[in-house]
Amino acid sequence: MGEHHGPAKGIMRWLTTTNHKDIGAMYLWFSFAMFLMGGSFAMIIRAELFQPGLQLVEPGFFNQMTTMHGLVMVFGAIMPSFVGLANYLIPMMIGAPDMALPRMNNWSFWILPPAFLILAGTLFMEGGGPNFGWTFYAPLSTTYAPPSVTFFIFGVHIMGLSSIMGSINIIATVVNMRAPGMTYMKMPLFVWTWLITAFLLVAVMPVLAGAVTMMLMDIHFGTSFFSAAGGGDPVLFQHVFWFFGHPEVYIIILPAFGVISHIIPAFSRKALFGYDSMVYATASIAFLSFIVWAHHMYTVGMPVAGELFFMYATTLIAVPTAAKVFNWITTMYRGSLSFETPMLFAIGFVVLFTIGGFTGLMLSIAPADFQYHDTYFVVAHFHYTMVAGAIFAMSASIYFWIHKWTGRRYNEAMGKAHFWISFLGFNLTFFPQHFVGLAGMPRRIPDYALQFADFNMMSSIGAFIYGASQLLFLYNVVATIRSGKKDDAKKTWDGAEGLEWEVPSPAPYHTYSVPPQVK
Amino acid sequence: MCSKAQLLLKHAMLSLVAFVSVISTSAWAEAERWQVNMTPGVTEIGHKIYGLHMLVFWICVVAGVGVFGYLIYSMIAFRKSKGAVSANFHENTTVEILWTVIPFLILIGIAVPSTTTLLEIYDTDDADLDVLVTGYQWKWKYEYLDANGENVSFFSNLRTPQGEIYNEDDKGEHYLLEVDEPLVLPTNKKIRFLVTANDVLHSWWVPAIAVKRDAVPGFINEAWSRIPEAGIYRGQCTELCGRNHGYMPIVVNAVEQDEFDAWIGERKAKAAQIKELMSKNFTLDEQMAAGQKVYMTNCVACHGVNGEGGVGKPIAGSAVAMGELNGLINILVNGRAGTAMPAFGNQLNDVDLSAVITYARNGFGNKMGDVVQPIDVFNFKQGQ
Ligand code: HEC
Ligand SMILES: [Cu+2]
Repeated sequence: MGEHHGPAKGIMRWLTTTNHKDIGAMYLWFSFAMFLMGGSFAMIIRAELFQPGLQLVEPGFFNQMTTMHGLVMVFGAIMPSFVGLANYLIPMMIGAPDMALPRMNNWSFWILPPAFLILAGTLFMEGGGPNFGWTFYAPLSTTYAPPSVTFFIFGVHIMGLSSIMGSINIIATVVNMRAPGMTYMKMPLFVWTWLITAFLLVAVMPVLAGAVTMMLMDIHFGTSFFSAAGGGDPVLFQHVFWFFGHPEVYIIILPAFGVISHIIPAFSRKALFGYDSMVYATASIAFLSFIVWAHHMYTVGMPVAGELFFMYATTLIAVPTAAKVFNWITTMYRGSLSFETPMLFAIGFVVLFTIGGFTGLMLSIAPADFQYHDTYFVVAHFHYTMVAGAIFAMSASIYFWIHKWTGRRYNEAMGKAHFWISFLGFNLTFFPQHFVGLAGMPRRIPDYALQFADFNMMSSIGAFIYGASQLLFLYNVVATIRSGKKDDAKKTWDGAEGLEWEVPSPAPYHTYSVPPQVK
Repeated sequence: MCSKAQLLLKHAMLSLVAFVSVISTSAWAEAERWQVNMTPGVTEIGHKIYGLHMLVFWICVVAGVGVFGYLIYSMIAFRKSKGAVSANFHENTTVEILWTVIPFLILIGIAVPSTTTLLEIYDTDDADLDVLVTGYQWKWKYEYLDANGENVSFFSNLRTPQGEIYNEDDKGEHYLLEVDEPLVLPTNKKIRFLVTANDVLHSWWVPAIAVKRDAVPGFINEAWSRIPEAGIYRGQCTELCGRNHGYMPIVVNAVEQDEFDAWIGERKAKAAQIKELMSKNFTLDEQMAAGQKVYMTNCVACHGVNGEGGVGKPIAGSAVAMGELNGLINILVNGRAGTAMPAFGNQLNDVDLSAVITYARNGFGNKMGDVVQPIDVFNFKQGQ
């Protein structure tokens, strides 16, 4: 039956598809929609913070916006976008016909939109949506939470389920479906970073599920996990949350490391300097990510021995991270460099992520963190790693692989404009936040003292610029898909290496009917 | 050939130095005005933390110059458009070991001073004065723990008026960083803060005296400071604690020991006086006179001089003011949730509360004729 090899038609194609490319594409579109939603929440936040005083929103709604911005960006935009990339690319990169568990793949995507509909729906419920920050510390998120918190918990459960299924699928695919000859140490780095990420996800998503379940019990079934009045401890919540939350930030950034390790060699026309050390560095970062969680809690009143342990362990992360940065730059050293859009985003990533790494090192120093903690310095730090890290890497990936996916070329000039505008907007937004943070501005406040006014105004202007540049990106992608210049070259970039560049562009619906041989 | 050339060079050098110093001093002054850095504050620990911060900062700057220099050099020198051909090298164990070991050694260099400073921060023993700091949604309560059990305690609320927050009036110099009652502390004494919370998490932070501690309901955290200079130091709550998280500032007023002693003596005397007044039976005239005073400082902004209302509902002719007494006491003690009517139960003492309640029942032509006594308010609170 020839029909088997082509997609079904209409809406049913998307509802019932088990094809990794269809599912990957749906993940990517979904995450972009979430990116725009989380972004518009950020615009509301920055508009309110444009000047001191309350102009646009009430403090209660402001808290809902900061909470939803964080939740939607982390769980709706960044994580699903990299799962989408994994779906699209991993089978192509390892010479597999599809993911190992295609039906589960369909499920792991299709339970996501309802989860986020529920989450977004809480905004319209009595008492408003979640307003306790994306870290949802108890008891603000339990005893003192709005009634919608139950829906929030349900949403978190569903998206956790989706992540776990997605990661099991990735592990099963990478372990079982590599083409003959592709040993582990020949796997592309994106596959390596995702394999490690998938293990992190399987390890920590259940912990998050445990945390929200304990919340649910405290709220509805009279337990007191997080309430001192009943013999519990609010700080327990923070330990459980960050035991999930710290690996979570590496879950977000490791796949980004992976794509950067593809893009920089391609545009340097030179092999990655140290493949093995990249793999080991990724693995060490993943290991360390499990033993540093309490650096988010230096001021919570831990015993000094715990404080010292977490400080030393945290500073250690700088070592493998530095190795990665040196590796990327040494790959460029004595290469033959050109600067198309993916490369610009990759270099932007290296520069800005390094700055985020530096502030990370500063934050790891416990005594100094007593002054940094919960200020805008932290906000600046994690946006340098999350936005300039994960999201720049994501933009780079789309430009890098879009021709392979669609067989059409994107508009280079518009791509470069997207890069420069977002680079400028990003730095204008977040660089001044280092200053206001050091000068004493706490995070998550709707209104601030007068000495912070100038930098906040800059920050807001930068945010509007950064936000607008994403519309340019959307336009460029849509224009490429609909009317980009057709080009059937297998390699989009002359320096790109890997199995995905050996198949036609666009890659056929089922990439391989016979596994390729890897030498 | 001593000469013009040399002279010229000397002049050039001098003017360069002058130019650079003018630029850098004015840049420095600008930086001061814009507040781009952490404050070292006034305490010894604060200076140590600042020193650590700058140490790590400069290490990062040096590393950054190295890394970004290497990156920019590579980007310029090895451009394909300039005919660069890529070399074919990868993996170099020596280099890779070097760039692992050097950062590691630097980290050890940082770890040593960090550890000693942290140990000092944690050394809360042998304090001269204990202050219990309790976070409430959304104000702070301070209690001076006294060996004789004569504790002095009070609430500290945001003093910035609503009109400034909602942009109806010009914002004052200390917008959002001003309170009705600052925490008064003696200088040059080791003060131990016992930090806790009544409802949700809060965090008590005053940058200039280098104290930040999370306030956790049900647990007590310790922190300490020794403030060498008299002065006013401002801070804010730094842990998201709900709607008005941005509106619970901290103001510390550090004064010399004798001034502090006088202040706390006054506080104790006043507390004793209130204790005495609690059991007194006031006449209507006494309560009306006292109540008017309380009204004029605490209520007039929202309810108007003649009880005609404004932000708040009118009190003149109000069914609540003239209704059942407990209903009126209730709205004053607990406020009215979801409206601007604040809870005064913890802000005013029972003597003042009974006076203002009497005033609300009998002033503005309400003329209910009954006198509310401090003990009535006390009993109401006990019964809750
Ligand atoms: C920040 C503004 C504000 C301040 C200060 C304030 N009130 Fe109110 N008050 C209100 C508002 C608003 C209401 C109406 C609440 C409602 O909508 O039910 C109110 C209601 C009342 C009522 C009930 C009126 C009615 O008929 O429902 C009484 C009595 C009252 N306040 C007394 C006082 C007294 C006495 C003080 C001073 C100790 C005071 N208020 C201070 C804002 C304020
Ligand atoms: Cu607070």
